[in-house]
Amino acid sequence: MAGAALLGRLTWLATEVVDAVQETPRVRTLVLEADGWTDHRAGQHVDVRLTAEDGYQAERSYSIASAPGRPLAITVEELENGEVSPYLVGEVRPGDRFEIRGPIGGYFVWDGTGEAPVLLVAGGSGVVPLMSMIRQRAAIGSRTPTRLLYSSRSWDDVIYRADLEEPGDGLEVFHTLTRSQPPGWTGYSRRIDAELLGEVAWGAVDEPRVFICGSTRFVDTAADGLVAMGYAPESIRTERFGATG
Amino acid sequence: MSVQDMKLDGNAIGGLLIEIFGTDLTGSMGVCASCGAQGHVAALDVYVHAPGIVARCRSCEAVMLKIVRSETRTWLDLSGTRTLEITSR
Repeated sequence: MAGAALLGRLTWLATEVVDAVQETPRVRTLVLEADGWTDHRAGQHVDVRLTAEDGYQAERSYSIASAPGRPLAITVEELENGEVSPYLVGEVRPGDRFEIRGPIGGYFVWDGTGEAPVLLVAGGSGVVPLMSMIRQRAAIGSRTPTRLLYSSRSWDDVIYRADLEEPGDGLEVFHTLTRSQPPGWTGYSRRIDAELLGEVAWGAVDEPRVFICGSTRFVDTAADGLVAMGYAPESIRTERFGATG
Repeated sequence: MSVQDMKLDGNAIGGLLIEIFGTDLTGSMGVCASCGAQGHVAALDVYVHAPGIVARCRSCEAVMLKIVRSETRTWLDLSGTRTLEITSR
């Protein structure tokens, strides 16, 4: 936690792409080496800044996918008519350089520990900061009971599918596929609603902590549903993203 | 694209707020000057597509924070925020 945050400064760091992994047709993970990077907390994000030859600059925020202490990785979803994401998903190659600053955020973070169960709710690429938490939880051998409820359009759109197939000790993964399902699909096949939450989420009596990340509509639906189940609003932390990339 | 799709939250301006205040504010609690609701800065409704950045109270939708920037200046309007609790770690 030393460095940028404690010094009260946040500077743009020269950054090199060292690896690129295609997660789905529209989503790619970039492993980055940033000069002067300090370690992050699971759930935080970085700002990415691209500079064109004519000096024009564009900035966007991307969640960190890697666990603290591991090589820094961000996962980016390509958004239609986006200014930054099409480049990061479709064009950038190992050896290319841009700037980042961070780590950023002190609210949507979980260090992987705690007695109370944790519910993670992801809509689409909202799974990225939650994956950092899941990886952190595994890295420290945490026994905190954890459930991930993950909504995707189709099986081919599921990010980190291989990682989530063997979730590991004390982690349960529940998929829902909202647009199309593969033959023989036994998981959920509809948008998240009160009934689905009621089946997957712990009872409020267990006093779970909740992290929800996705589009504004998705987050509001999930958070409202959990509050209706009796969850304390202050136990629910949210990160909402919009349709700009 | 609907207005709903343009809405972000306070997490999205975490970097900008560190630039201005020198510390993370997303985990800080703010109190709305209009309705008195208390909430995390991260949970505010944030619109970044106006000429400046506008953050609104989740309860009453009043503007709590406006930030307008040029190359050489940053203009900050906090008149819609009654208090802001900045914690140090």
